[in-house]
Amino acid sequence: MNDLAIAAQGLRKSYGDKVVLDGVDLAVPAGTIFSLLGPNGAGKTTAVKILSTLIGADGGEIRVGGHDPATDPQAVRAAIGVTGQFSAVDGLITGEENMLLMADLHHLPRGEGRRVAAELLERFDLVEAAKKPASTYSGGMKRRLDIAMTLVGGPRIIFLDEPTTGLDPRSRHTMWQIIRELVSDGVSVFLTTQYLDEADELADRIAVLHDGRIAAEGSAEELKRLIPGGHIRLRFNDPAAYRAAAAALGEATRHDEALALQIPSDGSQRELRAVLDWLDAAGVEADELTVHTPDLDDVFFALTDTGTDTATGADTATGTDTDTATGTDAATGTDTDKTTETAR
Amino acid sequence: MSSSLSLAVRDSSTMLRRNLLHARRYPSLTLNLLLTPVMLLLLFVYIFGGAMSAGAGRSAYLAYLVPGILLMTIGSTVIGTAVSVSTDMSEGIIARFRTMAIHRGSILVGHVVGSVLQSVMSVVLVGAVAVAIGFRSTDAGVLEWLAAFGLIVLFALALTWIAVGMGLVSPNAEAASNNAMPLILLPLLSSAFVPLHSMPGWFQPIARYQPFTPAIETLRGLLLGTHIGDNGWIAVAWCVGLAVLGYVWSTSVFDRDPK
Repeated sequence: MNDLAIAAQGLRKSYGDKVVLDGVDLAVPAGTIFSLLGPNGAGKTTAVKILSTLIGADGGEIRVGGHDPATDPQAVRAAIGVTGQFSAVDGLITGEENMLLMADLHHLPRGEGRRVAAELLERFDLVEAAKKPASTYSGGMKRRLDIAMTLVGGPRIIFLDEPTTGLDPRSRHTMWQIIRELVSDGVSVFLTTQYLDEADELADRIAVLHDGRIAAEGSAEELKRLIPGGHIRLRFNDPAAYRAAAAALGEATRHDEALALQIPSDGSQRELRAVLDWLDAAGVEADELTVHTPDLDDVFFALTDTGTDTATGADTATGTDTDTATGTDAATGTDTDKTTETAR
Repeated sequence: MSSSLSLAVRDSSTMLRRNLLHARRYPSLTLNLLLTPVMLLLLFVYIFGGAMSAGAGRSAYLAYLVPGILLMTIGSTVIGTAVSVSTDMSEGIIARFRTMAIHRGSILVGHVVGSVLQSVMSVVLVGAVAVAIGFRSTDAGVLEWLAAFGLIVLFALALTWIAVGMGLVSPNAEAASNNAMPLILLPLLSSAFVPLHSMPGWFQPIARYQPFTPAIETLRGLLLGTHIGDNGWIAVAWCVGLAVLGYVWSTSVFDRDPK
């Protein structure tokens, strides 16, 4: 357990009757990015708070940097850096003063503190803003300052709790770049996010947290293969062509009103070609062809539930309506199974 | 042990620097809180002075009033402490501090020391206004001045720890300001403005033994040579008691898991 940057077994936490974490196992090898993926309220932030010694767990075995947060929180704190969901900068003082505050709290000698602060301000493009109060910073600048402050002590394990939530696309990409650079220095990153594309972009391993449990864990590729949300959508203008195509593509889900067919797919060239071949063989031409890759909704509906509610939800999420879903003769529950099989 | 003590001192002084930086960058809160004692001083001396002094003369009433106003200044300053602690706790930076390998208590100690320094400065400023309008200490030698200074620091320390506790349990700045309000209202029910013997008999014990009156009587005795009696010990006991109570309360609230 000690060669892992972060390890947790049977992590549990409740607030009153509400169980937030219900036996979570985590293993983050040193030098990798691990992403905990889940919707709002899944317990991601609670997990980060426990692992970063902010709150205690109700049960479970935890090691962060080889230390137990329950018995030796200061050793854990010395090894980690935390950038929380809500900006942890002091808005009343300037960016530079924030950095020097961190240097002082890490007990760096004055000269070294100034040097480290200046380097990080430079690296995160905050030199111009360094003399301005942090409260005047934009969202992206605040996050950059936040991470710069986290790096002052040279932590080997970094927690990033939804680092890009609320950022504009440009800032988001800047943040991704920053996170990638962190691991290139050999740091381990524990990242929470509600965006699959973010986890996909950054993480070596992803764990999906749902209802206080890990619903699935693996690389982005492994997870996507579990997810039935990926599909090819064909839309027709001519009802006759639509019916012909529907007959030719038996496994497609029909959307009669929209004259659209939805065929499960992992988005690979091979599957796309197979669909095109079927269409050619049937002699029909689609007016519009789009490839949909799975999104977070798909992950959740696929991994976390088998009930009708969820199937309906998944349909809504992918832009279909329930009428057409019941139009398929397959029950909605088995729909999921079938797609998963195809994907495999 | 010595290394953990030096860690505590080092981190506390870092936190103190942070709080003084806040106070220097945003002096308006502190200055606003000074307005109340200064206005009351001017109001009672120049507007109500004639009636209050019952013919003894304005300068005699000014002399009577100033010790109470000075201690009221501390009550007023620590309302600012409650507000800034409460505001600070809602900031993400406190969560960051909690996940750093620093001395835990330094966060509160930084607030407390900063607040005591601010209180002393406020007392000096209000005292300067009093001197400007004619207040003179008639009886204080070096020892009395030192004792008066010590009393002010001790009183500020006691009220500050209580105010820090109030700030910690308040969900926001408004609540903190309301919760700390008694600290500026209590002087009105003390011997600050009128002598105890002018109050209704049933009320006199309350006024006599609440924290402000013994401290005011002691300060009055030190500056003006009035009889101190057992007020000195009662004042010190109140200060030590409130400081310990506030310290235990604040640290136990602060050590709880944050929400």
